[in-house]
Amino acid sequence: MIGSDLSIILPEIVLSLYAMAALIGIVYTGKDAMASLATWATTAVLVAMAVFIALQPAGTDVAFGGMFIDDGFARFAKVMILLASAAVLAMSHDYMLRRDLLRFEYPILVTLAVVGMMLMVSAGDLMALYVGLELQSLSLYVVASLRRDSVKSTEAGLKYFVLGALSSGLLLYGASLTYGYAGTTLFSGIIESAQGDLSLGLLFGLVFISAGLAFKVSAAPFHMWTPDVYEGSPAPVTAFFATAPKVAAMALFARVVHDAFGGAVGDWQQVIAALSVVSMFVGAIAAIGQTNIKRLMAYSSIAHMGFALMGLAAGTQLGVQAMLIYMAIYVTMNIAAFAFILGMTRDDALVTDISALNMYSKREPLKAVALLVIMFSLAGVPPLVGFIGKLYVLQAAYDAGLAWLAVAGVIASVIGAFYYLRIVYYMYFGEEVDELDNTSSPVLSGFLLAGAAAMVFGIVNLFGIEGIAQAAAATLVN
Amino acid sequence: MEQSLANIAGDYLPILVLLAVAIGLGLVLLLAAAVAAVQNPDPEKVSAYECGFNAFDDARMKFDVRFYLVAILFIIFDLEVAFLFPWAVAFQDVSMVGFWSMMVFLAVLTVGFAYEWKKGALEWE
Repeated sequence: MIGSDLSIILPEIVLSLYAMAALIGIVYTGKDAMASLATWATTAVLVAMAVFIALQPAGTDVAFGGMFIDDGFARFAKVMILLASAAVLAMSHDYMLRRDLLRFEYPILVTLAVVGMMLMVSAGDLMALYVGLELQSLSLYVVASLRRDSVKSTEAGLKYFVLGALSSGLLLYGASLTYGYAGTTLFSGIIESAQGDLSLGLLFGLVFISAGLAFKVSAAPFHMWTPDVYEGSPAPVTAFFATAPKVAAMALFARVVHDAFGGAVGDWQQVIAALSVVSMFVGAIAAIGQTNIKRLMAYSSIAHMGFALMGLAAGTQLGVQAMLIYMAIYVTMNIAAFAFILGMTRDDALVTDISALNMYSKREPLKAVALLVIMFSLAGVPPLVGFIGKLYVLQAAYDAGLAWLAVAGVIASVIGAFYYLRIVYYMYFGEEVDELDNTSSPVLSGFLLAGAAAMVFGIVNLFGIEGIAQAAAATLVN
Repeated sequence: MEQSLANIAGDYLPILVLLAVAIGLGLVLLLAAAVAAVQNPDPEKVSAYECGFNAFDDARMKFDVRFYLVAILFIIFDLEVAFLFPWAVAFQDVSMVGFWSMMVFLAVLTVGFAYEWKKGALEWE
């Protein structure tokens, strides 16, 4: 029995063992001299795990008495998390090496965060959920303050830690109420108690758990930490924050509301719809005043989380499918956008002011076009892939009878288009300013161009993820 | 009702006795120190001892971050013992899975310990 349980969590075990072996192996030998090697080895291991998980046969396996669920939904999210983390590690390498930031702990902490995220998306129990979430969060707090001698970076780490602890407290309070009223921490047990009209205790538990998870996906009004943490962290770490952890938290959100509270859709639908509409508008309006591109991306991610939550608010299988597709597109766009941001340097220092992009198209026409495509896609301009993602969540919300939410989403999308298009305006019609360095790291350019190409050519069939996402959503909602 | 109240009060009698003994013993020791001990006061001796810091001072003072580091490293192993105790007490009842789970837990902690040792976190200078 324990043997079959262990074989189900094999990818997590392999990654944990790899992280510990690498930690000990490197600290007793080369230390930071081996950081480059560790980064590339970790990238390879993450990609290998993604391939391994993607090749698993369909079907649902449950381990440890229901605490760990390995189904199509979890595998879809895990592949996204692993590939996004590997991409961010590959992009980080040159940037961190040049700034003397590349510590060998960095790839190892990313690995541990990934293990935590994989546990989160497979959680079938409130305790498994919490342990996964904390493993992820604690690793992220440390990488946020990786640049130890910078006040901003340590501030980012501290703010993230304090607010993360607060959100964990909210989540734990909700979990304890849920346990008290349902009598079990297993999702499969909670769903039996949470049918029809929820008791007041379960309702409070649901709301507090939702609030805790909303912190993690940085949905407004629980988004306050996001701009500061994004701005203060080293840029590759910001890229990491914007991608894999968002997927994990969003998948966990879907898992909790469907697996544990699937019998009370009406109760959480209004909570998530409210989070969604506030996030979309806060993200769209607050970003208008931002001139720092990292803060801009933070508000952009808040708005995008609002759209992903719209899919979740539908409470249907189409809604979960739309959410998964939206997250896959969002992650691709963000990796490409950060591949560009990491290359925005002048005299080897990162330039975060968007006015530095003035007349960028004259100097680097190819990259400017790629960024234009990414920005249009982020804004949801048809016919790019970003538009298809938005179309999916709007469709799901409309089909579920949330027409007002869909209308609000369209309005927020139009408002949000302003700040994406402003960047494009600067690049093509702005005034001449000091030039950015012409650092064309092949890895960064590769990710940028590949992401832009995916946004254009993906409109044919979304590279087939529609069918996979549909099958994944079907395993969660039934 | 009164009967049961009296019973409940009776159950607490040993605690009352313990309190009386504790207070009595404390008073005896204080008095004995005042009467019998050698009195040779100096400012350092009579000031309150507070872990090496001045007892009455601005709370927002600087202190060496190494104290903090040692305390954090101590807490980890303190918590490890907190997990080991119930496991050891219930050792008769835990299965082999329980045994090996704890061994895995200890192995993971040992990895962390080996790392912090080699990293130099335990060296004061």
